[in-house]
Amino acid sequence: MTLRKYLVLLSIVVFGSTGDSFLARGMRDVGTIDVHHLPDLLHALANPWVIFGIFSLLAFMSCYMTALSFADLTFVLPATSIGYVVMTFLGHFWLHEHVSPMRWAGVVLITAGVGVIAGGPSRTEHPPTHAASPESLQERQ
Amino acid sequence: MRSLYTWLCILSTVCAATAGDVLIAKAMRRIGDLGHYRRKHGSLQVIARVLSSGLLFGGIFFMAIAFFSNLVGLSWADLSLMGPASAALTFVTNAIAAKFFLHENVDRRRWFATIFVCCGVVLLTRS
Repeated sequence: MTLRKYLVLLSIVVFGSTGDSFLARGMRDVGTIDVHHLPDLLHALANPWVIFGIFSLLAFMSCYMTALSFADLTFVLPATSIGYVVMTFLGHFWLHEHVSPMRWAGVVLITAGVGVIAGGPSRTEHPPTHAASPESLQERQ
Repeated sequence: MRSLYTWLCILSTVCAATAGDVLIAKAMRRIGDLGHYRRKHGSLQVIARVLSSGLLFGGIFFMAIAFFSNLVGLSWADLSLMGPASAALTFVTNAIAAKFFLHENVDRRRWFATIFVCCGVVLLTRS
């Protein structure tokens, strides 16, 4: 794993969390949307917070796809779940929210999971199947 | 009956999210490391290569199903049930699907990490 790859994983966490937060902030401005008036959702697209949120989530998606191009799904998903921990710390220290002992236990478990996955290989290497075929062995001889 | 609908929504959210993740992962594995590809062929070629992948659009389609299924579930059930149940179960189903469909080496280390994160998410979102 190179520094660039760690930065891609970090970007997933940052853009995913900020995208969700921006969308939530924007939808608070827009207000409740009745299921019988779904076209009202289009008004939400004029809200700057919603626009920032959509761009953040597009950046999240491109970073997520980049990460999956060099690492396994079973590596990327646990590794980027550190975002839950970041959000809890932000909530506690920045927004002064109360975080119960149960939630701190959740933070410890997620951090342990990320620590366990980070110590292993990021990608399963599949040997090329043609390398062991009889034809290829004959070619080598 | 309401409980049955809720769990059907959780089930469809988990299945669709897993299918979406697996298809996107398969598409990106076929394309290869985007960093190397960009250095060789340039950014425009990368975008063209990614957008020409049918698997990727299949993955995005399933992700959209998961999103709307989750929304429908939230209209029946509490976020405190839908959130942890779908997030935690998706971690586990992704690990199983990655082993069988992507042939990833899901060893003991990855199972431990998945279970730790899964339990952690349940504790974080339920309390």
